[in-house]
Amino acid sequence: MTTNILEMRNITKTFPGVKALQDVSLAVQRGHIHAICGENGAGKSTLMKVLSGVYPAGTYDGEIVLEDKTVEFKSINDSEASGVVIIHQELALSPYLSIAENIFLGNEQQKNGWIDWNKTNLEASKLLARVGLKDNPITKVMDIGVGKQQLVEIAKALSKEVKLLILDEPTAALNDEDSAHLLDLILHLKGQGITSIIISHKLNEIKAIADEVTIIRDGKTIETLDMHSDQITEERIIKGMVGRDLESRYPDHTPHIGEEILRVENWTVHHPLDHERKVVSNASISVKAGEIVGIAGLMGAGRTELAMSVFGHSYGYNISGKVYKNGTEIKTNTVSAAIDNGLAYATEDRKHYGLNLIEDIKRNVTLAALGKISRAGWVDSNREVVVAEGFRKSMNIKAPSVEALTGKLSGGNQQKVVLSKWMFSDPDVLILDEPTRGIDVGAKYEIYGIINRLADEGKGVIVISSELPELLGICDRIYTLSEGRITADVPRNQATAEYLMQHMTQEREKDHA
Amino acid sequence: MSAFGSALNYLAGQLRQIGLFIALIAIIIFFQVATDGITLKPINVSNLIVQNSYILILAVGMVMVIIAGHIDLSVGSVVAFVGAMSGVMITQWNIPWWVAIILCLILGALVGMWQGFWIAYFGIPAFIVTLAGMLTFRGLTQITLQNQQISPFPTEFRALGSGFLPDLGGGTSFLEPLTVALGVLATLLLVAQAVRSRVARKKYNVEDEPLSWFLIKLVFTAALILLITYLLASYRGTPIVLIVLGVLTVAYSAVMARSVFGRHVYALGGNLNAAALSGVKTKRVTFQLFVNMGVISALAGLVFTAQLNLANPKAGDGFELDAIAAVFIGGAAVTGGIGTVTGAIIGGLIIGILNNGMSILGVGTEYQQLIKGLVLLAAVAFDVYNKRRSGGR
Repeated sequence: MTTNILEMRNITKTFPGVKALQDVSLAVQRGHIHAICGENGAGKSTLMKVLSGVYPAGTYDGEIVLEDKTVEFKSINDSEASGVVIIHQELALSPYLSIAENIFLGNEQQKNGWIDWNKTNLEASKLLARVGLKDNPITKVMDIGVGKQQLVEIAKALSKEVKLLILDEPTAALNDEDSAHLLDLILHLKGQGITSIIISHKLNEIKAIADEVTIIRDGKTIETLDMHSDQITEERIIKGMVGRDLESRYPDHTPHIGEEILRVENWTVHHPLDHERKVVSNASISVKAGEIVGIAGLMGAGRTELAMSVFGHSYGYNISGKVYKNGTEIKTNTVSAAIDNGLAYATEDRKHYGLNLIEDIKRNVTLAALGKISRAGWVDSNREVVVAEGFRKSMNIKAPSVEALTGKLSGGNQQKVVLSKWMFSDPDVLILDEPTRGIDVGAKYEIYGIINRLADEGKGVIVISSELPELLGICDRIYTLSEGRITADVPRNQATAEYLMQHMTQEREKDHA
Repeated sequence: MSAFGSALNYLAGQLRQIGLFIALIAIIIFFQVATDGITLKPINVSNLIVQNSYILILAVGMVMVIIAGHIDLSVGSVVAFVGAMSGVMITQWNIPWWVAIILCLILGALVGMWQGFWIAYFGIPAFIVTLAGMLTFRGLTQITLQNQQISPFPTEFRALGSGFLPDLGGGTSFLEPLTVALGVLATLLLVAQAVRSRVARKKYNVEDEPLSWFLIKLVFTAALILLITYLLASYRGTPIVLIVLGVLTVAYSAVMARSVFGRHVYALGGNLNAAALSGVKTKRVTFQLFVNMGVISALAGLVFTAQLNLANPKAGDGFELDAIAAVFIGGAAVTGGIGTVTGAIIGGLIIGILNNGMSILGVGTEYQQLIKGLVLLAAVAFDVYNKRRSGGR
C-alpha cells in the first residue's frame, strides 16, 4: 500500500476546440491537505470535475487511482459512494430547508419511505458538533450566514463518510474570522484522517494549512511543492502560477490629489426587512479628485450597503444623510440621478448585478450611457461597435470580438467589461466594490493599473475590498467600517494591516466588554 | 481565435434564424405538394394573411413582453372586450367608426395601464396579474354584451379586417397595379436599406457577415416579397390589414433593434438587477411595455371584430396561447432577454400555415392541436439543445 490516497495519471480532457487539461498528473498523500493553485481558467475546476465524476469516465483520457484501485466514476453518486465529496464554490444548499434537511438531502434518514425526523435531527446535531456549529439543526439555512452555510456543507460531506474532501474556493465568500474557523476545521478533520484537496486563490491560507501544493497553468501540471520546506514563499507560488516573477503585485503610482469631489455626510440606512436595524449608521466619507480611497470592513460591516444606498438608493429603507459634489448638495435618489451626477458603482457581484450574461460585450459596455451614442432615442449601432472596440483594446479584454457574449468570458475579462461600462458613462467618482474578487493574479495587476489610470484622470475612486493587502497596496487613504460605523480614517503612510483590523473590529469588542 | 473560427461562430449565431426560415420554407413546400398546389394559390395566400393577421399583431406585442421576462395571458380576453366595446360604441351609441377605433385604442392603453400598474409598481408577477386580467376582461366582455352578439358593422369599419386597397386596374388587369407598385417599392426599400447599412458598417470597419451570405439573404428575401406580391396581385390586391401588419413589424423591429427603449427591454430580461444598477428605469419600462401590449391587443380586437363583422362574448378565446406559441417558435427565450419581432412573425406564420394546410387536407381539429403542440415542443427543444451544445463546459 502506497502512502497516496489518490493518483490522477495523465488526465487529458478536451472540449470542442479547447484542450482544457493536457496530461495532468496529481498525487495526493493520505491524511494530507493538498492545495491546487492556478490562474482562473488554468483547469483546476475541470480537474476536480473529472475527479468527482461530473465529467463521467470515458469523456476524458487518463487514469484515476483511488486507494490503489483504478476507478471509473460515471456520476457524482459513484464518487461519493467511494468517499470522494466535492464542495463547490457556489454553495448547493436549499435556503428554505432546515440545516438537518439539507445535510441529509438525497440521503434521507428514512424508514419505509417515511422520514425519521428524530433520527434526522439527532444525527445532524452530531455532525454539526463535529464541525463546531452550535445552531439548532431545525434552523432554516437562509437564516444563517454564509460562513455557517459553508460548515453545513462540510457536515453534509461528513454524513457521506468522506475520505477525500474537495473544497473549491471555500473561503472566497467568507470574512477573515469565518475563514480562519474554516481552515481550523480542515486541519481538525486532517487529524481525524480525512484528506482534503483545497483550491484557493488566497495564498496565505495555502501557506497556513497545506502540506503540498500543485500548480496548474494552461491545463498542465507545472510542479508540486512541499509546503514544509522553508524556501516556499507566496512569491514562489505566484511565480509558478503566472510563469514569471511578479516584481510587484501592485503597480507603482504617484498620486496627484486635488480638491474634494464627493462628500457623504451623516449617512444612515436601515435594513429593508428589519426596519429597526441600522445597517449604516451616521457614516461620513469623502474623496478628492485623483484620490484612491479604500473602505475596509469585515463581511456584514455594511460596505456594500453603504455604497449601494448612496448609488441611487439601490439598497435600504429610510435612508438619511446628505451627498455633496464639489461642495453643492446633490440628490442621488434614483440610479439615473446618481449617474447624471457623475457617480458610478461597479458591483461586487458581476454575475447577478453587473452584467447581462446572455448579451454581448458591446451592449453591456454601453448600457449605462446609451444616451451618448443615440439621437432622439435611436441608438447608433455603428458608433456602439467603435466605442466597445476601443474599450476592448484599451482594457485588454480577451475576446474574439465585441460581439462575444459576456457569459463566456473569464472572471477577469468580465470585470474589465463592467469597468468599461462605467468608464464609458464618464463619471467623476467611481465606487468599485471588490474589483478583483475571483480573478487571477495577472488580471488583478491589470485592474490595479486601470484604477491608477482613472485616478490620474482626476476622478475620485473608492475601492471596497476584503483583502487588506490590496487596500494597503493601492489606496491613498483607507476608511475602516465596523457595524455600519466609520471607525477610522487612515492615510496610506500610517496604515498597517494590524491597525486596520483593530478598527474593523472595534465596535464588536466594545459590545463584548 | 482564428478568422475561420469567428466565421464559423458567426454562422452558428445565425443558426436559429436560418433554421427558422428553412423550417418555414419546408412547411410551405410540404403543404404545397400535399395539397396539390392549393396552398400557394393566390386566394389561399390572401386568406392566410387575413385570417392570421390578429395573431401576428398580438405576437408583435407579446414578443416584447416575453423578452422583458414577463408574459401576458390576458390578450385573448382584451381582444374580446375591445371588440365588444367597439360594437356597443358603433351600433348602440352611434359613434362614428373612426372615432370608435381611436377610443378603442385608448381603452386598450387603459387596460394596459391597469395591468402595468400592478406588475411594475406593485410588484405582482405578470403571470398572476394577467391571469386575473384574463378572467376579469372576459367577465367585462360578457357584461358589456349581456351575452348577446352585436352585428353588423359599417363597411368602412369592416375594411380594417377584410378589406383590400382599391384596385387601380379596374378589376380587369392581369395583375393589380397598386399591389405590384407597393411590392416593387418594398423590395427596393429593403435592398437600399440593406446596402446602406452594409456600407455604413464597412465605413466603421465593423466585422461583418461574408458578402456571399449577405447577397444570398438579400436575393432570397427580395424574391420572397416579389412572389407574395405576384400572388396577391393576381387575386384581389393588397389586404388593408397587411399594410397594418407591415407597418407594425417594421416599426417594432426597429424599436427593438435600434432604440434606447428596445435596448432597455432586452436589458430587463437579460438581467433585471444589472439593468436597474445601470440606470435603466425598470419599473417605467415594464409599465410602458404593458400599455403597449394593451394598445396592440386592442388593435387585434378591432381587426378581429371587423373581419368577423361580429362582436361575440367568446371572441379571442385561446389567442394568448397562439401568440405565446408564435413567440417561442420564433426563438424567444423562456427566461427572457432573447427574441426578435421578425422571429415572432415567422413563428406565427408557421402556426398559420400549419392550421391552413391541415384544414385543406381535412385533418381533424383534434389532430391539428396535437401537431401544433408537438411543433412548439420541438422548436423549444431545438433551442435548448443548441444552447447546451454551444454552452459546452
